[in-house]
Amino acid sequence: MVKNSYIPFKAKILAKYQQTELDWTYRLECQIQPIAGQFMEVSLPGVGECPISISDFGDGYIEMTIRRVGQVTGGIDKLVPGDYLFLRGPYGKGFPLESFYNKHLIIAAGGTGLAPVKSVINYFYARPELLQRCDILTGFKTPNDVLFKHDLDKWAQTFRVEVTVDKLDESGNLEVIANSCSRRTGLITALIPDVEIPSLEDVRVIIVGPPVMMKFTAQEFLCRGLAKENIWVSFERKMSCGLGKCGHCKIDETYVCLEGPVFNFAQAQTLLD
Amino acid sequence: MGYRFTAAAFNQLLESLREKYRVYAPTLLKGKGKFSDTDLVGYAEISKIEDVVFNQKSYFSPKETFYPVTQRLFYFNENGFSEAVVDEKGMIVFLRACDIQAVERLDKIMLENGLSADYYYERLRNKLKLIVMDCQESFDSCFCVSMGTNKTENYSASVRLENGVYLSDVQEDIEGLFAFHGETIEVSPKFVESNKQSVKVPENLVLESVAANPIWEEYGSRCIACGRCTVVCPSCSCYTMQDIFYDDNPKCGERRRVWASCQIDGFTDMAGGHSFRRNNGERMRFKVMHKIKDFKQRFGVHMCVGCGRCDNACPEYISLAHCIDRLGKEEAGNRG
Repeated sequence: MVKNSYIPFKAKILAKYQQTELDWTYRLECQIQPIAGQFMEVSLPGVGECPISISDFGDGYIEMTIRRVGQVTGGIDKLVPGDYLFLRGPYGKGFPLESFYNKHLIIAAGGTGLAPVKSVINYFYARPELLQRCDILTGFKTPNDVLFKHDLDKWAQTFRVEVTVDKLDESGNLEVIANSCSRRTGLITALIPDVEIPSLEDVRVIIVGPPVMMKFTAQEFLCRGLAKENIWVSFERKMSCGLGKCGHCKIDETYVCLEGPVFNFAQAQTLLD
Repeated sequence: MGYRFTAAAFNQLLESLREKYRVYAPTLLKGKGKFSDTDLVGYAEISKIEDVVFNQKSYFSPKETFYPVTQRLFYFNENGFSEAVVDEKGMIVFLRACDIQAVERLDKIMLENGLSADYYYERLRNKLKLIVMDCQESFDSCFCVSMGTNKTENYSASVRLENGVYLSDVQEDIEGLFAFHGETIEVSPKFVESNKQSVKVPENLVLESVAANPIWEEYGSRCIACGRCTVVCPSCSCYTMQDIFYDDNPKCGERRRVWASCQIDGFTDMAGGHSFRRNNGERMRFKVMHKIKDFKQRFGVHMCVGCGRCDNACPEYISLAHCIDRLGKEEAGNRG
């Protein structure tokens, strides 16, 4: 008899950090060893279960950055350190970190799309010698939506970090964004033509964000001459089980929870919802 | 080994089987039909063979017996979780050859897909014994012959009603009871060799071309996204996790899974507002491609078994059989 994969385990909230009005990062006591880009099924018994990507992890903990947008995340929002969340996972395929070694890595993240790649960035931030160079391009709606401000600031010490916002808020202030980053307004796609690419064949790209953002960002990189095989994306779908059974995340013959959520773009671009 | 039973003998057999098994078969559910004062053929536990409806196709498929519409996974309270217990008894289900083929399709997704077998599906599946009901002739909407699903060898026993007696080919005698109650006779199961309609499943469809075909707009304008086609389908298996808690104590409750449908609003909705396949035509394309392309690409056999239940259930008279044929003709020039 196989193991019952549906029963979650208990994970204590060690800390809770506010990112924006709606987004909080939760540090959870947890012994799993995930791969960057994988996700967990997170639940509150009596409310429900939902898939959330792992935004960071370390010895004895994982972090998830959760936006208060639905029933489960609305319930999680009320929790405080010392409370418990219920988890199962990790699920799915993560980023193939080794294929970025000795390459020029460009990461383009839109909004909460920065969460699933945060641990990729931290991995290389701790081992900058593994990369030729690294550009981090991030786009948010307004300055108040910028996630991981301290991390952006930190990463900018070692890598080139650009932050763009679609529009300014009433205050018209860009100062809330980490000041070591290059800041501007406009869509993330506008940043791509200016990325310095000394050697095209060494470039590897990760794009994570809303579907429309990923589509147009990938197009911009293809325009720069990148081969689609050198681009990776991460899909967001409503995975109800994470086990390849429930059918919610199926696209064509592909199950996002099994073959994804991280896909090479050569495969991703053939998937038709 | 073949056996012959009078109704009385078969009922004795059922009585003995029911000590260790729950026996499910298509029965006439009085007053449960779509229209007032009409009946419906659906699955229920039986105690006598006369309750089994042989001369009609069941409206719902047998999947509900071993893959329940709502399945309790575990209970929770302040102390943690406790797994829902499973009925001690085994399960015997009367079903058609196409339905058995559909069980094999469900096995593919629930047992083979992903890293491990589905715990709750396997738990009931391991208890399941299949009794194939011979099809003396094809029903109206069937196209099993076209799908190659009109026959099966995967059964414990077969059964057909012929001149007032029940004839059974037994491959795996459950508890030796068929031999005990029956009279030995030569029997082989009868399967239909032709249907009133035939369907030609197109091979090598090109997805981009299929998606661009205007037939989905036409179907989309008819389809009301009610999901009946997926509910009655013997091979549809999607579900959604659902929590409930008890009114008297909200800290106690259950996590369940309930059948879901790719045709119904909300199937792909994510918190925050993104969703995919918003219009009904796109959903129908998604379903049809799953039935006659995607599933085969992954598992080697078509998901559709040609039972025709979806065609019978559709309130808008959309026929999957016609759709498959039409798609084949229209896409003939666009194959990969």
